Amino acid sequence: MQPFEYAAPASVDEALALLARHGADAKVLAGGQSLVPLLNYRLARPRFVVDVNDLPLDEIRVDAGRVRLGALVRHSTLAASAVVARECPLLTEAAALIGNVRVRSLGTVGGSLAHADPAAELPLAMVALDARFELRSARGSRTVEVRDFFSGYLTTVLRPDELLTSVDAPPTRGAGTAVEEFSRRPGDFALVAVAAIVTIDRQGRVENARVAIGGIDGVPRRIPAVENALRGEPPATDRIARAAELARAEVTPQSDALASGEYRTLLAGVLTKRALARAVSRAMAVPA
Amino acid sequence: MTTRLLINGRARDVDVEPHRTLLEVLRDTLGIFDAKEGCNEGVCGACTVLLDGRPVSSCLVLAVATRGKPITTVRGLERDGDLHPLQDAFLRHGAVQCGFCTPGMLLTAYAFVEAHPHPDRAAIREALEGNLCRCTGYTKIVDAVEDYARNRCG
Ligand SMILES: Cc1cc2nc3c(=O)[nH]c(=O)nc-3n(C[C@H](O)[C@H](O)[C@H](O)COP(=O)(O)OP(=O)(O)OC[C@H]3O[C@@H](n4cnc5c(N)ncnc54)[C@H](O)[C@@H]3O)c2cc1C
Ligand code: FES
Ligand code: FES
Repeated sequence: MQPFEYAAPASVDEALALLARHGADAKVLAGGQSLVPLLNYRLARPRFVVDVNDLPLDEIRVDAGRVRLGALVRHSTLAASAVVARECPLLTEAAALIGNVRVRSLGTVGGSLAHADPAAELPLAMVALDARFELRSARGSRTVEVRDFFSGYLTTVLRPDELLTSVDAPPTRGAGTAVEEFSRRPGDFALVAVAAIVTIDRQGRVENARVAIGGIDGVPRRIPAVENALRGEPPATDRIARAAELARAEVTPQSDALASGEYRTLLAGVLTKRALARAVSRAMAVPA
Repeated sequence: MTTRLLINGRARDVDVEPHRTLLEVLRDTLGIFDAKEGCNEGVCGACTVLLDGRPVSSCLVLAVATRGKPITTVRGLERDGDLHPLQDAFLRHGAVQCGFCTPGMLLTAYAFVEAHPHPDRAAIREALEGNLCRCTGYTKIVDAVEDYARNRCG
């Protein structure tokens, strides 16, 4: 690791002042589960590290009809939260799938979203949920919709002097939700991951379906073709299977050291089918 | 930067450069070799310590960032100079071969059983997923943890 200066401010304003002063020379340190490996390999060489772990940003609450997570909520806390399990179980499931137990002890919601790994579970869940991000800097604050937040492989619209302070999403009560992923070894990043949110109407037809996929492109994204194919249809197994097949036509993943593009395409279909099947059966189990 | 580290219940004031990981400070500065260096990227679990009671990779934590928080290494499991019952179970079941993974296995299993007192085998396997062992094939480790959890609750 290259030497750097270190500060652990106690207030958000102090943190923002430090980021304003040091700009692109500074790095925010949250759980460190992505940043410290980069420092160990000297892939990141900041002159200044702003440790944000003392900031009061670790609250989970429901307010104005949205589930709001402070940026410093740990993956383990998210996975264990009763409020989140009730209001937004997709996040519970997503958090439990992240890395290993040590990664979940320290890794944070804000860190995962800011790091923006294309196969990461929380960015995927936020895309499926239509989440909103709260960004703050010494210049002021802004709200960014999830579709505008991720801008490419490991990149977001966060500016060097900005801190992601919280993220909020609408609860999914009444819907069935599921995440499916495949990784070669437990604890690895997924090769491909799919999140699904389904609501069923009184006639027993699919009222709405939202399907997001990660590990394919630089950023996780929705698959509208699959969503549209299901809307208004009875969620029979063969229809789910046919809709999931459309996912394969909608993706053109690259090959890399971990898997061929062809294999990822195959996974896109299989995982979409599994995620939809599970989301549908949960939606059917919701009391009317 | 003088930093107060709380290691196994004892406060140590250590001069720490901010870019040193907890693993480096334990081993290179303090000569505490309980945590091992395997991958240095959070994957293998050999460097596991408990921070505030929760397992973390000491290779991925800055030492300065642990100031004032309780750190437990494998030696912190000892009771009055005797082995902890979990350590004893590892011995009895032959769950230790070369021993490189053992401190991390013990601490991870200990924290897991504290939080989940009645685990089944599948849950134990899942809890230890992030701790790699190149020797035992895991079966005896799972046996030991299962035995410990069962007897701990009477
Ligand atoms: C072995 C291993 C396996 C893993 N497996 C998975 C996995 O399967 N799925 C998965 O999703 N992740 C996985 N991760 C990554 C993990 O989820 C990280 O915790 C997460 O990506 C980053 O969160 P962090 O809090 O640790 O952030 P840090 O590492 O502290 O920071 C990451 C980046 O985000 C920036 N940042 C952090 N917080 C903020 C903020 N509030 N505002 C602005 N910028 C900020 C930092 O400057 C840095 O650039 C794994 C990590 C390891 C080591
Ligand atoms: S050395 Fe820290 S997890 Fe492998
Ligand atoms: S006993 Fe040798 S690595 Fe586990």
